[in-house]
Amino acid sequence: MKTIAFALSLALATTAGHAEDTLKKIKDSGSVTMGVRESSGALSYTLGDGKYVGYHVEICEKVLSDVRRQLGLSSLSVKYQPVTSQNRIPLVQNGTVDIECGSTTNNLTRQKDVAFAVTTFVEEVRIAVKANSGISSIGQLNGKNVATTTGTTSVQTLRKHERATGVDFKEVFGKDHADSFLLLESGRADAFVMDGSLLAGNIAKSKNPADFRIVGEVLSVEPIAIMMRRDDVTFKKAVDDSIKAMMKSGEIAKLYDKWLMQPIPPANARVGLAMSDNLKAAIASPNDRPMEEYAKK
Amino acid sequence: MATWDWQVFCKNTIDGEVIPRCLGSGGDITYLDWMLSAWGWTLSVALLALVVALLLGSLMGILRTVPHKGLVLLGNAWTELFRNIPLLVQVFLWYHVLPALVPVLKGLPSFVLVVFALGFFTSARIAEQVKAGIQSLPKGQRYAGLAMGFTLPQTYRYVLLPMAFRIVIPPLTSESMNIIKNSAVAFAVSIAELTMFAMQAQEETSRGIEIYLAVSGLYFISAFTINRIALFIEQRVQVPGMIGGSK
Repeated sequence: MKTIAFALSLALATTAGHAEDTLKKIKDSGSVTMGVRESSGALSYTLGDGKYVGYHVEICEKVLSDVRRQLGLSSLSVKYQPVTSQNRIPLVQNGTVDIECGSTTNNLTRQKDVAFAVTTFVEEVRIAVKANSGISSIGQLNGKNVATTTGTTSVQTLRKHERATGVDFKEVFGKDHADSFLLLESGRADAFVMDGSLLAGNIAKSKNPADFRIVGEVLSVEPIAIMMRRDDVTFKKAVDDSIKAMMKSGEIAKLYDKWLMQPIPPANARVGLAMSDNLKAAIASPNDRPMEEYAKK
Repeated sequence: MATWDWQVFCKNTIDGEVIPRCLGSGGDITYLDWMLSAWGWTLSVALLALVVALLLGSLMGILRTVPHKGLVLLGNAWTELFRNIPLLVQVFLWYHVLPALVPVLKGLPSFVLVVFALGFFTSARIAEQVKAGIQSLPKGQRYAGLAMGFTLPQTYRYVLLPMAFRIVIPPLTSESMNIIKNSAVAFAVSIAELTMFAMQAQEETSRGIEIYLAVSGLYFISAFTINRIALFIEQRVQVPGMIGGSK
């Protein structure tokens, strides 16, 4: 199914024009399309029945209500369009989605195709293990089975680490995060390498959260941001200004607490991932630096 | 029109640098190397599963036509069991559920499990076709064989199966081509085959169009080759005057 949607979106992408004025489009149509994810941790997910919630979805809703005020519209209808990691960039490029509020990493490759708002979340790739395994760093994974999810940047991160450190582990790939976590839970894998927030979320949802621990060094740091069309300076400014105001007023910190520290629907489980120093820095001085600049430090 | 970037296949999978001759050396792996190895996995899974499916499918198909109620029941039960559960679910049953019930299976690599899953799934479909092939023959053929003094196995070996298999070559060809395409489910249990390569490489390179086109091409070539081989076999074994034979 993903492939079909992808192929369709490609067909559309090749026919659509570039660099349209999103603010004008919103003003003329009185509606805007928000790209959302079915299951991207606490950042963007569905409750079923076409309802989408999460940290990034709520930020976007507030941004869009600022945009509505700026345009002087009395009402603005927001359409939610679920996207996948395969089709999100083509759908933003071809105008199907005006603002994507999922969990997209801001990197240089993608900046050739799309624009990113200021960083609103910083993801750190970590290692989850069973609490009784005695593993506490990547060096101890020599000869072990390491799970990660197909179609994520973590696969590449793992490969790079394997090459750089000479640690030799066997990768096993889950088809989605729940599947990868099952590999760890059932003992087919000794560790699960993935974005910290997703690890924390999966552990929180497991039968016995105390059986699992997140350990070891941060393998990779990825700035996650809201995505828009490229070369649309006025829309990016409107979005950035709105987010910066929320960062200044402390509203972003409140939203972070609401979605990542407190119990969230539908199961009222809490992710319990304290704000990282990298994110605190990104909120103190808002910026849209790509992943590559984080790696340099 | 989108701009193509076929150089993506020459990129090193570690640092994304383009390697001049497109194939990595000294531990460097390009996306082209990776794709060819993935193609190898796809073909290995599909062809081994096809062997399992043809052997078991023929056996079960034959059992469904013998004059023995118990054996017919076994053949029918086999077919219905493996035909009525979705393939992906069967793969997960083999991978997650069976090893939990039968600890010995835990030692088996997922490659073996997925070959069994795909082979058993397809064997049910082949059993159905082989049964249909045998039943399409006039009843008199079987009686004639038995009246000649052949035992039942001999009647199958020398009278019924030579005709039945010739009749079902076309549907068996479709099944063999399907197994290539169905092998894509192997990605779900961590086999580094073409579909997994496509999903992962397009995420890493952002060149989904090129990657998916190349992978589609390889699937097409694989399935089409099977088609041509089957056509060759069909022409070599045809008997003039029989169904499917030359006139």
